[in-house]
Amino acid sequence: MDTEEIYREMANSIVSLDQEKAVHLANQALDESMDLLQVIEKGFGEGIRKVGDLWDEGEFFLPELMSGAQIMEKAVDIITPGLQSSGSERQSSGKVLLATIEGDIHSIGKTIVATMLKANGFQVVDLGTDVKAEKIVDEAIKGDIDIIGVSTLLTTTMVNQKKVIDLLNQKNIRNKFKVIFGGAPVTQGWVDECGADGYAENAVESVKLVKELIQ
Amino acid sequence: MGILRPKVTLLNEEYKKKIFEEATHILESLGVLIENKNAETLLKEVGVPNQNQRYFIPSDLVKKCLTYPPHEITMYDREGNPNLFLKEDKIHFDPGSAAIFILDEKTGEIREPLHQDFIRFTQIVDQLANIEAQSTSLVYSDVPKDAQDWHRLYTTLKYSRKPIVTGTFRKESFSIMNELLLTCRTSEKDLAEKPLAIFDACPSPPLSWSDLTTQSVIDAAERMIPSEFISMPMSGANAPITLIGSITQHCAESLAGVVISQLVKKGAPIIWGGSPAVMDMKHGTTPMGAIETMMIDIGDAEMGKFLNLPTHAYMSLSDSKIPDAQAGLEAGMGALLAGLTGINMISGPGMLDFESCQSIEKLLIDNEIAGMVKRFVEGIHDYGSPFAEDILKDYDQTNELLSHPSTLQLFRKELFFPSPILARMTRDQWKSTGSLSSRKRARLEINNLLAKPPQVELDASRSKELDKLSSEYLSSGKK
Repeated sequence: MDTEEIYREMANSIVSLDQEKAVHLANQALDESMDLLQVIEKGFGEGIRKVGDLWDEGEFFLPELMSGAQIMEKAVDIITPGLQSSGSERQSSGKVLLATIEGDIHSIGKTIVATMLKANGFQVVDLGTDVKAEKIVDEAIKGDIDIIGVSTLLTTTMVNQKKVIDLLNQKNIRNKFKVIFGGAPVTQGWVDECGADGYAENAVESVKLVKELIQ
Repeated sequence: MGILRPKVTLLNEEYKKKIFEEATHILESLGVLIENKNAETLLKEVGVPNQNQRYFIPSDLVKKCLTYPPHEITMYDREGNPNLFLKEDKIHFDPGSAAIFILDEKTGEIREPLHQDFIRFTQIVDQLANIEAQSTSLVYSDVPKDAQDWHRLYTTLKYSRKPIVTGTFRKESFSIMNELLLTCRTSEKDLAEKPLAIFDACPSPPLSWSDLTTQSVIDAAERMIPSEFISMPMSGANAPITLIGSITQHCAESLAGVVISQLVKKGAPIIWGGSPAVMDMKHGTTPMGAIETMMIDIGDAEMGKFLNLPTHAYMSLSDSKIPDAQAGLEAGMGALLAGLTGINMISGPGMLDFESCQSIEKLLIDNEIAGMVKRFVEGIHDYGSPFAEDILKDYDQTNELLSHPSTLQLFRKELFFPSPILARMTRDQWKSTGSLSSRKRARLEINNLLAKPPQVELDASRSKELDKLSSEYLSSGKK
């Protein structure tokens, strides 16, 4: 099997949601000392892009999108130590911090977004649910974060999203971070009112938004 | 009631038992996360094993607690008259609650509601014959955020006599809302005996009761005010994809609520409600108009009936963004299925877009649907036989039956009379009145309804008392 064919197999393992095969191919790449950056870019990465296309075309649904992203993550996890020991590193698309805001314990939307971002090469720090604005800002500073994503499902806790922006302004560090909001009640009007940088309607859109903002 | 009460059932006794047994086992083995200190104390006092706020509730405690709550609840109107009977297969409708948007019928735009919108909404619900309860259906943005829960109750009490389904957004608000309710009763005891409002309490799937929602159950139980448990598993996302798995999870989450409420006070009134949904696997949304969502609702309510509790469901909603054909078909199917299940409190009329947007136009169309459903569940009446023969004998003399005594006597009982929103006129009449859609005809009805005086005028002193409380709490730090 030539290298190009192995890359195709890797991509196919993601598209066919075949975790066993993806894990096997990732280990094979290590064993055979393949160019691991290319393995991610031309192999598995091509697969996750295809999964995104199939989603856009209406062929794939959320469970398939999530599974594809998780298999991608597994394959990358296997390859990463090899990459590091060879002195190279997968280029991070950026660092994103995610949290569901104080008072709200809904996590499903945030979890989907985190998975999709990771699959697309972003480093994700997920602080979980019911997180105070102060902690979000502290962790963003500590983690050298590029984008802060704050989620809420409840109208009652939506107001706390604004606290994150207010805190950043108070500390005079608003321009150091892009801040995006997520969650069912969030609208462009709310984003504008708070002075946030954007929001997305779904996980795939959120990846596009983050890519745009990080450029 | 008719010869038979029309029914739909999805579960048989064997499966209800299986679901119940598994739900109790889940509570015992997986436990439930309780984030409220008061509830934790209550559970610890009766020796419930726990670890990191997860309480492993023994099934015998669940079964014991199920013996306490009342099997039926009568709701009273603002003036203290019995109004709703949450028991057996009786059905009542109330508007879908807590929408964060309103579809402005004048502009066709979806926007954030204002206090004035909620006043209009409440005044209209007051006039609707088939929607017997109010709900605090809009979250309006022109009061302080901290007042957004109790201020809606204040407004509802000011503008309508009907019982209310409501809820808190902050723990501090329950006592304010209790004070508002007490303006309509002589004492706490009177309010307990003649409940005027139901408080929704929503556990978080899977298997978690937040601080706020648990405190609402506790505050309500202490005062013998009805709590309505709104467990909302999302199939395939935070609940099993299988309908039966979601029903089982709903049962476990709701049973935890039963235990909390009954540990606070034996016999505290509770309603077995829910707002489950399947997840739309394309959009990641929670379609309330999905047929599978309705199937879970039915299964949940059947479990409530199995446990001898009054029932509730969010049905008669639509995910459409405007009152169009989709809105009609989803609301119609949901309302009819809820009626056929005999769900005591059906929350949903007016609601669009996954419980996020209220539309008065849809509300008025749904009022027609509710009327039809109520007629349907009455079934076919037997007025004595022969059923037709004698009447047909008389036809030969008159060549018509319109003036027949039986017609005159029974046509108002046999037939549901829709408002002009439903087009039953001839095509020519329809054309001559502008060829309007039902949505447009509903829009025309709005002003007619608003022009009517309230069903019952609010007593002036009570009105003053409500205003005083509202002003106090708006201006004080206790908002």
